[in-house]
Amino acid sequence: MESRNTQLAVGLFVIIGILALLFLGLRAANTSAVTSGETYRLYAKFDNIGGLKERSPVKVGGVVVGRVSRITLSGEYYEPLVEMTISATYNKFPDTSSVSILTSGLLGEQYIGLNPGFIDETVEMLQDGDQIYDTKSALVLEDLIGQFLFSQGND
Amino acid sequence: MQTASHVPSQSSSPCADDEALVVIDSIDFAHGFGAHQVYRGLSMRIPKGKITAVMGPSGIGKTTLLRLIGAQLRPQQGKITFAGVDIHALGRTELYDVRKRMSMLFQSGALFTDMTVYDNVAFPLREHTELPESMIDTIVKLKLEAVGLRGARHLMPAELSGGMARRAALARAIALDPELVMYDEPFAGQDPISMGVIVKLIKELNQSLGVTSIVVTHDVAEVMTIADYVYIIANKTVVGHGTPAELKQSSNPLIHQFLHGEADGPVPFHYAAPSLADDLLGAQHAR
Amino acid sequence: MLDRIAALGRVTLDTVAGAGAALLMLLKALIGKPNVRKSWPLLMQQMYAVGVLSLIIIVVSGLFIGMVLGLQGYNILVDFGAEQSLGPMVALSLLRELGPVVTALLFAGRAGSSLTAEIGLMKATEQLSSLEMMGVDPLRRVIAPRFWAGFYSMPLLALVFSAVGIFGGYLVGVRWLGVDEGAFWSVMQANVEWGQDIVNGIIKSLVFAFVVTWIALHKGYSCTPTSVGISRATTSTVVTASLAVLGLDFVLTALMFG
Repeated sequence: MESRNTQLAVGLFVIIGILALLFLGLRAANTSAVTSGETYRLYAKFDNIGGLKERSPVKVGGVVVGRVSRITLSGEYYEPLVEMTISATYNKFPDTSSVSILTSGLLGEQYIGLNPGFIDETVEMLQDGDQIYDTKSALVLEDLIGQFLFSQGND
Repeated sequence: MQTASHVPSQSSSPCADDEALVVIDSIDFAHGFGAHQVYRGLSMRIPKGKITAVMGPSGIGKTTLLRLIGAQLRPQQGKITFAGVDIHALGRTELYDVRKRMSMLFQSGALFTDMTVYDNVAFPLREHTELPESMIDTIVKLKLEAVGLRGARHLMPAELSGGMARRAALARAIALDPELVMYDEPFAGQDPISMGVIVKLIKELNQSLGVTSIVVTHDVAEVMTIADYVYIIANKTVVGHGTPAELKQSSNPLIHQFLHGEADGPVPFHYAAPSLADDLLGAQHAR
Repeated sequence: MLDRIAALGRVTLDTVAGAGAALLMLLKALIGKPNVRKSWPLLMQQMYAVGVLSLIIIVVSGLFIGMVLGLQGYNILVDFGAEQSLGPMVALSLLRELGPVVTALLFAGRAGSSLTAEIGLMKATEQLSSLEMMGVDPLRRVIAPRFWAGFYSMPLLALVFSAVGIFGGYLVGVRWLGVDEGAFWSVMQANVEWGQDIVNGIIKSLVFAFVVTWIALHKGYSCTPTSVGISRATTSTVVTASLAVLGLDFVLTALMFG
């Protein structure tokens, strides 16, 4: 009814399945999970978030240090407020740091670039729940075209 | 609905109630919410330790009767008892226990196609007993010896002829030494030699093991040679019963037609239709 | 006119009754204390029949689909200068959609139809009735092991499909068409996430496994026990299961990624 060979074949089948899973997990997926482990939150207000979405990465010099966790409108003027979840291993950002919304590649997704500011005795480190005030919004195509035409018109 | 008018007055009841293994008491049964009525007011007594034949025209629902006795189906009215117990009132576990005491030989044998003959016969033993493999081996060989297939025990069912498959299924059916064995059309489509073998086996099992046998068939000649008692079913109920000798002398036209294989009689030759003249000529008139 | 409405009503009632019967069959087969000693060898046998024997078709299909993805993907992306994104394109297509869905469709065609035919044949040759008469519950003995075998095997097959597909995309993209090897893997890793993509894909294939195996078993168990009935049931399994998979895929995709 059930033989040694059958059991062997089924065992091999399960092993192959698990190997496939490991391959996918390690080689295909993002293993440096930034969303696991200790994290803290920072906030930033922008005039225009462009194509930024939740789960967009937050990068310092191109290295992913966190993700955008929430985007809402705040205050009586309805300004876009972005909540970022940063990995706790990078907890020494001075409050002179700046954030800007950048695009990766020509058609790429948008991300937040975080620039650590200068450090001196007056400067404090950003803690959980702090807000970064030095922000640069996303480039809007219509504004660019408008600027271009305006500068053309001036020539 | 009264069935007494169809019952020949000289027939005797096969046995008293306490000598009967199975008592069917006035059951009504219909398939699928009354769409097709199979039985109405059917009553039977199956005497213990004897061979009882159940016969009737094709399509009368004889297999359904066996399934009712095996509690695979439930009658809308009436009661069926096995060894004095109402089988349809039993819970699931008790029902499965009762089923160990009866077994059924299906028309096609119904061997499990993914096991050898040996494993098929061993199946009920492995399933319902805690016997060690060595004992099971002995029992299987004995049962196969009884049907003459001990040498074929390592074959797969697909490699057996129809007659051999049926014999193997019979060995499986008697593996647990049941009190009741039901045979569903055991002679259907068999060559004369296989037929003779099956007849011999049914008789031997009955004599040597005292197994109560119910044989459902329409093979009049074969079964009359071994049956102790015969029921004939037609028109949704029993139309005749008695020993083979009694029935052969019956004056009931339906029984006569059946036993002698007459083409026309109470069971009509023509399917219901308007008269031939109307059918051929009426069309012309209507135009 | 009234006949049509009555017919529609009848069809609806039949469908609902059929679905109810299917649910009953499943519940009776699965709920209850499992007898490990008896059911383990049955499960092994079924996993072999259903899983191991499907491995070949899954691997070959996965390889070809991965290679086609690599080829087509390259052709499309190279016009935008975005061929570096071939890695994530192949990986995400497979992990999120093609892996679970195509595996389910192939499984329905190969293993599903064979399950239906096998059970239908057991019904037609009265083997299921025999089991009942012998006091063995055919639902626990025949249906349940096949269900669990399908449920465990299909997600494994889907994972193998995706893995082999990505490898196929790698072969075509990197080895043949010249996409940079480092870029292929690194851009993929940057865009493929464990939770979002891989786990969701596994969840999808679990749902598909449940539905496809259930449909295959029910069609076999409830078919008319004649040769015509069995062949009809087998075709019906493939059609119904495929449609169910595609419909559920839309629902799940909307829930997970919408």
